[in-house]
Amino acid sequence: MSGVRVLVGTRKGAFILTSDGRRDRWDVSGPHFGGWEIYHMKGSPIDPNRLFASQTSGWFGQMIQRSNDGGKTWEPVGNKFVYDGVPGTHQWHDGTPHPWEFKRVWHLEPSLTNPDTIYAGVEDAALFRSTDGGQSWEELAGLRGHGTGPQWQPGAGGLCLHTILLDPSRAERMFIAISAAGAFRSDDDGKSWRAINKGLRSDYIPDPNAEVGHCVHRIAMHRSRPNVLFMQKHWDVMRSDDAGDSWREVSGSLPTDFGFVIDVHAHEPETIYVIPIKSDSEHYPPDGKLRVYRSRTGGNEWEALTKGLPQQDCYVNVLRDAMAVDSLDSCGIYFGTTGGQVYASADAGDTWNPIVRDLPAVLSVEVQTLP
Amino acid sequence: MIRVLLPPHLRTLAHVGHEVELELQGPVTLRSVLDALEAKYPVLRGTIRDHVSQQRRPFLRFFACEQDLSHDSPDTMLPDAVAGGAEPLIVLAAIAGG
Repeated sequence: MSGVRVLVGTRKGAFILTSDGRRDRWDVSGPHFGGWEIYHMKGSPIDPNRLFASQTSGWFGQMIQRSNDGGKTWEPVGNKFVYDGVPGTHQWHDGTPHPWEFKRVWHLEPSLTNPDTIYAGVEDAALFRSTDGGQSWEELAGLRGHGTGPQWQPGAGGLCLHTILLDPSRAERMFIAISAAGAFRSDDDGKSWRAINKGLRSDYIPDPNAEVGHCVHRIAMHRSRPNVLFMQKHWDVMRSDDAGDSWREVSGSLPTDFGFVIDVHAHEPETIYVIPIKSDSEHYPPDGKLRVYRSRTGGNEWEALTKGLPQQDCYVNVLRDAMAVDSLDSCGIYFGTTGGQVYASADAGDTWNPIVRDLPAVLSVEVQTLP
Repeated sequence: MIRVLLPPHLRTLAHVGHEVELELQGPVTLRSVLDALEAKYPVLRGTIRDHVSQQRRPFLRFFACEQDLSHDSPDTMLPDAVAGGAEPLIVLAAIAGG
């Protein structure tokens, strides 16, 4: 019987949650790398037992860990992330020039075709690639070299490259997103990039329609329709039907359109999920109710999913990399909270149960569907 | 023989105990001791000092013989007691954070 493996990164270590296809009983493994921040873990889509983890610390810097046995054992691989050439400057919070400084890896995205190739999105924002299983890393400097680079400015969480989407139908195309620069697309395997922020409007920046400067929190796609992108921006849920060339708002009936996560149902490309958060100054759910919102129409019309989720006195947050879906016949949805809960739904969001309740604050959730 | 005390997380990474011992030829300086430490335990590269600039990571400090050596030049000779193995070089992590 098939099963799932949920990879959970937290403020104090990594946890691996496994279940069979029923998804009602779970084994919990961890903490791995106890005491370290695990920003993200992800497995290779073509070798599911090959996992990568971003292990980071304000004291000791960045480590990358790799497992070849599904997370039972790990080995450290390369942790040398050096910007290409003279790094130059971006803008600091106060608008003054600030040199690019590597801080940590936010997101790891294994190649769709080669288990030794993996991409890393880092803070200060840049994209790196390894073609030797993580032993060495090279910057894809065309992104940071984009003409707007000196204008990029950190969001409250830092100048982080947090989203990497690889186009399954066009090997040379990828999308990335940076807080608070915006979204970018490459059509030549990461050599050159174009900003894809037309249609985004951010009233909190000097030019609300600027080419860059938008605080994009997350982008998601369905692999069958890579030209259709969904975005949770700082405020606003957005949609593009032309690979990011233009965006339109689909926040519709949401109680608030601030939030971090967004994801797409594994089998229904027009079914999407967000978790509304009250505001950017109050990072918790509206009314103390933790509600996932689902749209079956690709946006605009939303329904609250509450069964099994706390509906009073709940003031957790759900961070941008902390939602994922499995691809079992009945699509499973998963998310983790800053309160240490990981919730799972085995029925596309209709009902929810906590897999674990008391982990450290959850930074990221990924899911592997196992044969 | 040079003795080095590491903070707990670095001991875990390097799979070593409270104290490591290094054999060193030539001058005993912070730089030469850290070079030898990283040569023996490559996993520590980048965790104590930056890969490129070789600057000490901000939340770590170096102590020996009750002296704070953190701001000394990396090429300053370490105390004789460290060079002779009577006292360890201590890599100390700041007690901070949550």
